[in-house]
Amino acid sequence: MLSTALISLIPLLPIFSFVFIALVGRKNFPSLCGALGTIAMLASFLLAMTVAYEYFFVVGKVNGIYQQLIPLKYTWLQFSPNVSIDMGILLDPISVMMIVIVTFISLMVHFYSLGYMKGEERYATYYSFLGLFTFSMLGLVLSSNIFQIYIFWELVGLSSYLLIGFYFDKPSAVAASKKAFIVTRFADLGFLIGILILAFYAGTLDFQTLIARLTSFTSQYNSIISASFLGVSALTWGLVLVFIGGAGKSAMFPLHIWLPDAMEGPTPVSALIHAATMVVAGVFLVARLFPVYVTSPEAMHIVAWVGVSSSLFAAVIACTQTDIKRVLAYSTMSQIGYMMFALGVSGYGGEHGLGYMASMFHLFTHAMFKALLFLCAGAVIHYTHSNDMKDMGGLRKLMPVTHLAFLIACLAIAGIPPFAGFFSKEEILQAAFRSNKAIFTIGIITAAITAFYMFRLYFNIFWSREYQSHHDHEGHGDDAGHHSEAPATMKIPLVILALLSIGAGFVPFASMVTSDGAPIATEFHISFSIAPVLLALGGILLALSFYKKQNNKPEQMANGINALYRGAYHKFYIDEIYLFITKKVVFNLVGRPAAWFDRNVVDGAVNLVATITGKVSFLIKGIQSGKIQSYAAYFFVGVIGFVLIFVYWWT
Amino acid sequence: MNIGLTQVLFVSCALFFIGIYGFLTRRNLITMLMSVELILNSVNINFIAFNKFLYADKLDGLFFTIFIITIAAAEAAVAIAIIINLYRNYKSIDVEEVDTMKF
Repeated sequence: MLSTALISLIPLLPIFSFVFIALVGRKNFPSLCGALGTIAMLASFLLAMTVAYEYFFVVGKVNGIYQQLIPLKYTWLQFSPNVSIDMGILLDPISVMMIVIVTFISLMVHFYSLGYMKGEERYATYYSFLGLFTFSMLGLVLSSNIFQIYIFWELVGLSSYLLIGFYFDKPSAVAASKKAFIVTRFADLGFLIGILILAFYAGTLDFQTLIARLTSFTSQYNSIISASFLGVSALTWGLVLVFIGGAGKSAMFPLHIWLPDAMEGPTPVSALIHAATMVVAGVFLVARLFPVYVTSPEAMHIVAWVGVSSSLFAAVIACTQTDIKRVLAYSTMSQIGYMMFALGVSGYGGEHGLGYMASMFHLFTHAMFKALLFLCAGAVIHYTHSNDMKDMGGLRKLMPVTHLAFLIACLAIAGIPPFAGFFSKEEILQAAFRSNKAIFTIGIITAAITAFYMFRLYFNIFWSREYQSHHDHEGHGDDAGHHSEAPATMKIPLVILALLSIGAGFVPFASMVTSDGAPIATEFHISFSIAPVLLALGGILLALSFYKKQNNKPEQMANGINALYRGAYHKFYIDEIYLFITKKVVFNLVGRPAAWFDRNVVDGAVNLVATITGKVSFLIKGIQSGKIQSYAAYFFVGVIGFVLIFVYWWT
Repeated sequence: MNIGLTQVLFVSCALFFIGIYGFLTRRNLITMLMSVELILNSVNINFIAFNKFLYADKLDGLFFTIFIITIAAAEAAVAIAIIINLYRNYKSIDVEEVDTMKF
């Protein structure tokens, strides 16, 4: 049976490890903290697996439909008899799937970091932050209350800020962490307003009640549809605002600018952010409120188009970047865009819910291969001490395990059968094909570009040219050119994740994670898969001819589409546009007048009071002479004065 | 000449202003203390006089007077202690010289 204590321990173990390492371990036994955090994470993962097994195979299914279970509900802040902020646990297929992914990826990252972060000065602090991050994300996915999810949402933002800015002596890392925090916080404002709108009309903050009320269309709760603002119903406004929050965390265009910069954090953290926590939070949020989203076609269109445009946009940029982590960051953005538009084209229930299922499926497989890609990139960076693919090349013989793992991950993300990404991508494209041909077309083009830039990365790192160590002449003690590939703690997660990247596609998702809990039958059309797979293979072959051996074809190609290439290389100047808007428009039109007002009016008023007081004191300070007899004389004169007033005037 | 309330009040009034005058003009702290005693005693005389001429059957005025005398004794003791301390610090009990407490 599912015991509440066991489920609560899943998020509580990481937070215990965070508190314990931060308060005790960091000072007393810093070198053991890594193992400690990893063990806590392992226990949490095993518990999550138990819960998942119990849920999916024992207690979750009633009459063939997966139920929503609430094993724990604690009323925390009661505002009125109906409205309260609860702390609770909500188990349904997506939250159970998420706790497995989060704990598993986090465990891999913990384990990998044992080797990767070894010798780091703030090693223990790093592990405590990882614990906090995992806790926040687990709390987020288990939330039973929309306000609870908001609390954990902010905690995720905070812990990502701490981890991205982990190397706080590097100015770029500090800037990146601030950027991530401010951009996501900006989006969270939308989320908060959205929560308030939805909660106001539904009269509750509880997910189950809220969804039930907003989808029931009874007259009592219908006002959210009839009430409108600027010609759009309040329901759509609420949902779009919530989606803005999700888009901020999930790095959807145009709120994606923080994601590439977030690469300043340690590489395993990037794996955690990109695969399991943080960026999938937005997708999860839309999935959590999915029954409500379905009732508003406008909101669904926005989700779908934002998703698909981010997906294409990021894929194009990824083709031109040379920092390997940035390429991966843009590929994450592209894949999250896939999940978003899969949700956007989906319907609710039965066969219509294919997109929902596909989105969750892709979230699952993407977590595996994206974590693998990042951890491989970490191993490569560990080996070459560089982020730039120009410093790499020819590493396949020097790093055989990493090479193989990376190749598997690339095949998975490119959607080549039978690797994991193929199955989920196929479902997504099928869902898009059924509902919207334009989105399907963009999606399939993006799939081809994805294959191209992933293999561009692969060939540039592992083939292309002979590897030349850049450290031989720098006088490092150990010969950097010949040190071994990576410690075992780094290789083992790579192997596990590589196996899962092959196998994750065979999980029978359609019968487990669906929009209404009932299994759906997915038929598999070989004919349908031909086009995407051929396009992906085309992308791979193009990358092969461009990058397998060094040649000048890439330059010719770049010159041929010079404007596009330069635009993409500079990330389509989105950062510059933001800078322009903030520096030129906001600072000049809002900031400067506000600063003037503050300096002259607000400060002026305060200064005026201070000046008057000062002047008056200066004038009358002579009265305080220190001579007791003059004080007595003033007192006496005053008393006489009062006596006169009271005797003659006050009659 | 019969001595009535008016005459007694004249005496106490004179005593009060003599005390005030002494308090404001004398430089010696001991003399100032004596002036304060004069002021207090003028009040005492007032109490006794009003009690005797207006409410002869009551004792309230007398009680007040006794209280004031007691308090004055205690106050004098405190004042003398302060004066001694001042003398130790300034080697003087001239009130003009004790003017450190100013702006």
